[in-house]
Amino acid sequence: MSETQEFERVLDGSDKSVASFESQDVSLLKRAQHFLHSTPAAVPLIVLILSIIIFGVAIGGRFFSSYTLTLILQQIAVVGILGAAQTLIILTAGIDLSIGVVMVISAVIMGNFAVTYGMPTGIAILVGLITGGACGFFNGFLVAVMRLPPFIVTLGSWNIIMATNFIYSANETIRDTDVDEKAPLLHLFALNFRIGSAILTLGVIAMVLLVAVLWYILNHTAWGRHVYAVGDDPEAAKLSGIQTRKVLLSVYTIAGVIAAFAAWVSIGRNGSISPSSAVTDFNLQAITATVIGGISLFGGRGSILGTLFGAMLVGVMSMGLNMLGADPQWKVMLTGWLIIAAVAIDQWIRKVSV
Amino acid sequence: MSVEPILTARGLVKRYGRVTALDNADFDLYPGEILAVIGDNGAGKSSLIKAISGAVRPDEGEITLEGRPVHFKSPLEARDAGIETVYQNLALSPALSIADNMFLGREIRKRGVLGQWFRMLDRPTMEKQARDKLTELGLMTIQNINQAVETLSGGQRQGVAVARAAAFGSKVIILDEPTAALGVKESRKVLELILDVRSRGIPIVLISHNMPHVFEVADRIHIHRLGRRLTVIDPKEYTMSDAVAFMTGAKAPAQPVAA
Repeated sequence: MSETQEFERVLDGSDKSVASFESQDVSLLKRAQHFLHSTPAAVPLIVLILSIIIFGVAIGGRFFSSYTLTLILQQIAVVGILGAAQTLIILTAGIDLSIGVVMVISAVIMGNFAVTYGMPTGIAILVGLITGGACGFFNGFLVAVMRLPPFIVTLGSWNIIMATNFIYSANETIRDTDVDEKAPLLHLFALNFRIGSAILTLGVIAMVLLVAVLWYILNHTAWGRHVYAVGDDPEAAKLSGIQTRKVLLSVYTIAGVIAAFAAWVSIGRNGSISPSSAVTDFNLQAITATVIGGISLFGGRGSILGTLFGAMLVGVMSMGLNMLGADPQWKVMLTGWLIIAAVAIDQWIRKVSV
Repeated sequence: MSVEPILTARGLVKRYGRVTALDNADFDLYPGEILAVIGDNGAGKSSLIKAISGAVRPDEGEITLEGRPVHFKSPLEARDAGIETVYQNLALSPALSIADNMFLGREIRKRGVLGQWFRMLDRPTMEKQARDKLTELGLMTIQNINQAVETLSGGQRQGVAVARAAAFGSKVIILDEPTAALGVKESRKVLELILDVRSRGIPIVLISHNMPHVFEVADRIHIHRLGRRLTVIDPKEYTMSDAVAFMTGAKAPAQPVAA
């Protein structure tokens, strides 16, 4: 090889350990930042534990009972499942505003097929899951293939699906007793068992299992790593040989199927099936749980366990403030601050390399 | 020359509307060499490299790899054929770990039921191979292979990208401006890395604007001008100012193609 250039000669005497990772004296704050960078679910978990302790001290044994704590879990099961679906999408740097109404229309279809049309409940549930998947695929096609921005696509499909839901159902509620009589399987997730005063419904267990399965998939399969890579830097993912289109399409479709699964769980929780619940802000609640759970809205960062903690945190706060007899608006306000704090922390963690 | 080139291109033409980016361009890469490609801005270097790496499809012309004609429709196909490209923006996923990045898009699954039915990744194997590759290239004493790439310095990232290419590029490695964004010390590391990869017998195409770097490591220099190969020179027989003169058209080369 030719000679080293003149100005580089001095490099011979320079520190050769350039590429090694010396552990310097870092401040406690920096170390905390690095810890949070590698453990994104830690923030919501810490805040969750703190809030349980605070409410436990403020309210006493009544709050700290296993009955109350499991009741919170029952209350957040549906939003937790929707949050899991939302997490998949937000990890790809997308957003799904239609996820709440996808859930409602899937519930209505399950109910109508089983109760009104008298089909076997199994088939009704399958049709509901397919409906959710189809809605997700529609979003995914527009985002991945037509390359439209997810916010606009799902804002549109939110309205389209909500209107379809009202037109199709004529806004008729299917009563609890009719579901019980003709399609008890739809109430499957209301089944519960007691351990002392703790009451666990199948819905709660389904939520925890779903999050566990998704956690495994996201962290230990190639597809899961690709979801992160696509959200992190789509261009780099593509050049690394990932078929970004297929990944996006599958993420939106799976999110739709999970939303339909949330529909099944919600029938168990609510008893009746009401098309008018489409006006409830389920998608915003799911996004709230996801963001508080530390999933970065810019994609590629966060752990789905955080979403579970985020949903629990909202549940704990609303139950705690309720038991303290506070105005419900305090819960709304606290949620708002939590969202802003979560995003601020996310931005801070991102600066870890700088 | 008695040795057959491993990668050739003949009469490549690429037009973008009225602009002709490649005008009957030729290209030859011989086994085990470092071929630098230099040229003024807009000379068509990028188009040439993109055609070879499968990122664009030429309108006309033929590319052969080891004597067989190839028609890449995407960078993936070129990669499968054994041509690895390190892009200027590195194509790394900042939030993923070093090991994840090295195996992105070609992950190794566990054997048996776990891999087949649960699609479980074989993390230990991937981590070990990633670490081995980095150590083999004398690249870095990485303590934590699970460190996110965004926590690495520019030179280290470049190192990971080059190591990834070297780990999988069985036939040809293309490096696009590998030292452009680096400091003096980090550039030196990367140049050493390039020489190290060559010593393993893998030929390298080096695109660079940095004349001193080109003259230091290249075995031959392909000078691109106005969409075609102007000449190929031996860096030992010409000076940097000669090269710049050819590149800009200030001087005409003696013979069309050396080597």
